Amino acid sequence: MSDDRSTDRGASEVEPAHPEARPVERHGDGEPYPNPGIEPHRPRPTDVDDKADRRVERQVSTLFAVSALLTLGFCVAYFAVDKYSAWAGTNALNLVLGCTLGGALLLIGIGAIQWSKMLMDDHEVVELRHSSGSSAEDQVEALASFEQGAAESGFGRRRMLRGSLLASLGVLGLPAVILLGDLGPLPGNRPRETVWAKGVRVVTDPEGEPLRLSDIQLGQLVNAQPSVLFETDEEGEPLYEGTERLNAKAKASVILVRIDPADLVNTDSVAKGVEGVLCFSKICTHLGCPISLYEQQLRRVLCPCHQSTFDLADGAKVIFGPAARSLPQLDLGVDEQGYLIALGDFDAIVGASFPEMTQD
Amino acid sequence: MLVLLLGLVAVGALYAALAPRTVQADDLADDADLVAEGRELFLTGCASCHGDNGQGILQAGGGAYGPSLIGVGAAAAYFQVGTGRMPLAQNSQQAPERDPIYDEAEIEALSAFVASLGPGPAIPGPEYYDVSEVSEEDLARGGEFFRTNCTACHNSVGAGGALSGGRYAPSLEGVEGSIFAAALLTGPQQMPVFSDEVISPEDKRNIYAYLRTVQDQPDYGGFGLGGIGPVSEGLVAWVLGIGVLVGAAAWIGKHTVRTDKT
Repeated sequence: MSDDRSTDRGASEVEPAHPEARPVERHGDGEPYPNPGIEPHRPRPTDVDDKADRRVERQVSTLFAVSALLTLGFCVAYFAVDKYSAWAGTNALNLVLGCTLGGALLLIGIGAIQWSKMLMDDHEVVELRHSSGSSAEDQVEALASFEQGAAESGFGRRRMLRGSLLASLGVLGLPAVILLGDLGPLPGNRPRETVWAKGVRVVTDPEGEPLRLSDIQLGQLVNAQPSVLFETDEEGEPLYEGTERLNAKAKASVILVRIDPADLVNTDSVAKGVEGVLCFSKICTHLGCPISLYEQQLRRVLCPCHQSTFDLADGAKVIFGPAARSLPQLDLGVDEQGYLIALGDFDAIVGASFPEMTQD
Repeated sequence: MLVLLLGLVAVGALYAALAPRTVQADDLADDADLVAEGRELFLTGCASCHGDNGQGILQAGGGAYGPSLIGVGAAAAYFQVGTGRMPLAQNSQQAPERDPIYDEAEIEALSAFVASLGPGPAIPGPEYYDVSEVSEEDLARGGEFFRTNCTACHNSVGAGGALSGGRYAPSLEGVEGSIFAAALLTGPQQMPVFSDEVISPEDKRNIYAYLRTVQDQPDYGGFGLGGIGPVSEGLVAWVLGIGVLVGAAAWIGKHTVRTDKT
């Protein structure tokens, strides 16, 4: 069946098909290949057999009728089925609503396809393609009318008018530039610092309980946070709340581990810990995913996003994956009451690298 | 001053409540007959790797052929033998779970022997997993603890997940309470320790209650597909969903009915 489409003005020549193939008459300039014409038309059973035709008609009407019943079933189920009951391990209401509405749409689709394939008139049609350009007369006419307009408006002659119009249009670009200011203010030093500071206690997440050295066993992993996230000011208001708290938490989250000091190989890293208890940022230095997939015997932390792997026994050095920097380590100490505290902010920038960060 | 006093009292009470549990000499180890029975089993089934007295056997390179069991506690033996991870089926990335080789009495005897080697966590009691009195608040709190400490490896519904180098965090589907608590207390294989000082027995119980709840509830959002996230969902959507649609469209386009009857 030929399916050429007319892209040209008006209705194209439409020729009804004929049972015997024959070349289609050519228009205008000759085409390189002879037109093979269209295939001989072969009828469908429904075209030649009245019984088949009626059967398919009944079939399609049945599909549409069942679809309508399913839609009504949807309406009934919406009220009738209990919202919280479960069938087949899933929510009964969702299951029934999905099946009835989905089935209704599916049956309309199947019916429509059956109708068009079996019953609608299906004789082959040829529509010829034409050039899509305008005619020469139209082009000349359009150009002439443009030139006439240019001359009558005096756009070329009145230079002051033209200049002032162009200037006013040009200045319209400025507000768009000025509004970019709302994307700010610039982050300043915030990407480089966290809420960790000298004396801030390391507390458990999500409890906020302070930790003693003796609480942490060999092979232990503690997901921890800075105590300031759980503290209140003199008026009893939290120091950090809402978005501010979430932002602070996103950068300050840490993991505490205890490793046998005999297994630690990085002396700088050992010096920042207390008796083999080390505290590292929980934020991957690749793209900032939280990582606490700690493989205790290998002393490795694995990032679930892109498989960056850090060796905590060697200062959280990257041993696999796309991360480029070690996990920042927090300098740990113990306060007078025996609780673990930070001795300052991280030794490096937390989380994903960014263009303006200093490279040492 | 009062605050300080209260704080001291609270810390003292907390210490009294928590401290004895972890370093307590196991009751099991006091039963000399049980220890002797466990020793017999140990010498037959475990000593070839862990040494006659559970002291471990070192390889020439310094690595452990079988690690020392001194101080790992009854809970470690209970977990490892009770889940069939020990005796080791074969030398592989990690010991897989399988049907236990020993029966319950033998596991208890082995645990008693291991407990007698040195102080360590005891086999966890029902305070770690008795969920009969868990309130809605406890459940929510357990969920918070689970998401903070467990989901990184075990997935948000405990379906398990991959670790590095072919190792994996196993699925927590249907895990027994005592096994669950023993794993937290002892840190088996690559799993870190979550001691009672950091996560109290009550919070461990809440975590277990949460785990049971998420695994028992129906998948309200549709079929769970294992709950392992975008991998299985994407596979089904792209291969089954879109595949079926493309196949159906191709079938409709190809399928014509013509007759030669006139």
